[in-house]
Amino acid sequence: MSQANNGVQIEDLAPEHFHDQAKAALADPQLRQNFRGAMDYLTDKRKIAFSDPTEEKRIRDLSAAIRQRSLSKLPDLLEQLETNCTNNGIQVHWAETTEQANSIIAGIAGQHNAKNIIKGKSMVSEEIELNHEMEKLGIECLESDMGEYIVQLDGDKPSHIIMPAIHKNKQEVSDTFEKHLDDFTPTVDVDELIKTGRTRLRKKFHDADIGLSGVNFAVAETGTLCLVENEGNGRMCTTVPNVHIAITGIEKVVEFLSDVPPLYSALTRSATGQAITTYFNMISSPRRAGELDGPEEVHLVLLDNGRTQAFADEEMRQTLQCIRCGACMNHCPVYTRIGGHAYGTTYPGPIGQIISPHMMGLDNTKDLVTASSLCGACGEVCPVNIPIPEMLQRLRQEAKNSPKNNRPAIKGQAAAASRIELLAMKGFAFAASHPSLYHLGSWSATKMRSLMPSKIGPWTQCRTAPKPAGKTLHQLIKARKQGQKS
Amino acid sequence: MSSARNAILSRLRDAKPEAKAMETIIYQPWVSEDEKVITERFIAGLSASHAEVISTSHKALSKLIEEVAVGKQLEHIALGTSGEFHEHIIQATKSLKTVFFDNDIKDWKSSLFNNVDAGITHCRAGIADTGTLVLWPDVSEPRTLSLVPPCHIALIKRSTIVSNFAELMEMQAWQNNMPTNIVLVSGPSKTADIQQTLAYGAHGPSQLVVILIEDM
Repeated sequence: MSQANNGVQIEDLAPEHFHDQAKAALADPQLRQNFRGAMDYLTDKRKIAFSDPTEEKRIRDLSAAIRQRSLSKLPDLLEQLETNCTNNGIQVHWAETTEQANSIIAGIAGQHNAKNIIKGKSMVSEEIELNHEMEKLGIECLESDMGEYIVQLDGDKPSHIIMPAIHKNKQEVSDTFEKHLDDFTPTVDVDELIKTGRTRLRKKFHDADIGLSGVNFAVAETGTLCLVENEGNGRMCTTVPNVHIAITGIEKVVEFLSDVPPLYSALTRSATGQAITTYFNMISSPRRAGELDGPEEVHLVLLDNGRTQAFADEEMRQTLQCIRCGACMNHCPVYTRIGGHAYGTTYPGPIGQIISPHMMGLDNTKDLVTASSLCGACGEVCPVNIPIPEMLQRLRQEAKNSPKNNRPAIKGQAAAASRIELLAMKGFAFAASHPSLYHLGSWSATKMRSLMPSKIGPWTQCRTAPKPAGKTLHQLIKARKQGQKS
Repeated sequence: MSSARNAILSRLRDAKPEAKAMETIIYQPWVSEDEKVITERFIAGLSASHAEVISTSHKALSKLIEEVAVGKQLEHIALGTSGEFHEHIIQATKSLKTVFFDNDIKDWKSSLFNNVDAGITHCRAGIADTGTLVLWPDVSEPRTLSLVPPCHIALIKRSTIVSNFAELMEMQAWQNNMPTNIVLVSGPSKTADIQQTLAYGAHGPSQLVVILIEDM
């Protein structure tokens, strides 16, 4: 177990403790500096990558349309994907829960008597806590993405979906290596640090029994799994070991192969401001007859874990358009200040705030949906036009109230409901619909304005208390009308 | 676990999604008719991604490959077993230590990982827009040939370079016949995972040498 965010134990991080975690993060100047620097860098890179606003609008509209169209046919496309993958020789598995996903993977590992899994980057594998679950079975899961490797060495968790070790600077990475790796000479030379990771991991690629990866786009038309990366570890994991397991959320399907190029361009430019990544890997089958390398078996695990709940409601369904670029985090004033760990969820930042309630329930995540200034930056940069601020407002409502208009209930619905708040709102609604009562209320408020206390709980911690005006709006308008007449 | 499958699909169908039609949004990735402009953009993109691009003619190809290998002190080179320029490659490397990738990887995995300095492959196509090579590994040029050795030498014909990815896919109707694996490569392996500082040679090749054969 290690420490992050000033004494908050990593394994204890949970969305229920959001307020404490955020407070701790805010009090850590090094952490804030690391995030500030990284977010400024990524924001600038994205701005350069989308230098023509007309072109930017077109590619975002097109990407959003592709994702919406694919989602609108999701059940059919999942079946088509399954058929085409199966015809290509890829074995398809379905998991409703994280437990099921882990047991499928454990089953495959068991069949091969596998002891070592080498992993490419996969947020879904974080979601199911694969490493932890496999460790219980005596199977080692080793992260091979440089950032993930650093984070794993420390017993830490990723704090960003694209740059997992973004919360550490190079000195801290050197400290991590020094603590965990034999024969490592401390250095802040990034090339040397990367070389260290490369050397240690190369042997692991060579020896691993199973390679595990995520999926960026799964193409229904051809049964193809697409993987986006820069390092080459994804290619290693999916090529060198004898078995490849890919795991993905059910929403990652696209209808046609031709849907891929625009989405890929939108993804890389939004994520890191790159026109293209070093590698784009399209895997359609296990090793075919005569081929001399590549896995003999390829498995695809399709995970639900709350995604069907998000799908059930047309508005919430937009959450599933996400292509996991991380741009919303990079532009979020809250994320930039508190970092990814404070959220206590696999997916931090704005996208995490709208997807986590479906995965973990509103009872666990009710504080998360309030952690936004609703400035709109996340929605403005989203490459697939997800209206994140609107979704946050919707989830805030669902956290406070029972489902409305025959909408399907959300796990943990109304978890943040407060009786006092409800009574107060009901009281106000009654007063506002009864004019004499309303006038009496507003008249007495103006008369008794001097009685307003100067401290009203948390509101006045960093604000001055509001004071009712000397005259009500009705009085002011009346006076004005009289003035006009005379 | 077919019960999971059915439960997931039925929950999705219960939502009664209304199938949306294909939208006609005008999106045009970078495109040019001018061969010179296409070549320039291709070279500029790859060079910006830290690849070395060297142009040559058919005739000078063997000599150039040899010069690259000798100049970079590549001692052990892995080769495929066929391809349009296979004879040129053999000619170029005859004074060097070479190994043909003609056995199952499990028979020589350690040697591939530990002893080989470079792998030479052909490219199926190039994408000018982003400076990208398209690899189409097969029986004669396996997937790890361009991945495991620290240096990758890629041969590409000028005539195979197109404007953009979407155009290439459409032109060659990829959807009708996908191979085991297609890889788009745009430079040597890299990472910026440590303090946003770019470093090359993360896990794949740290050097990418692109030999552009002027065949037009």
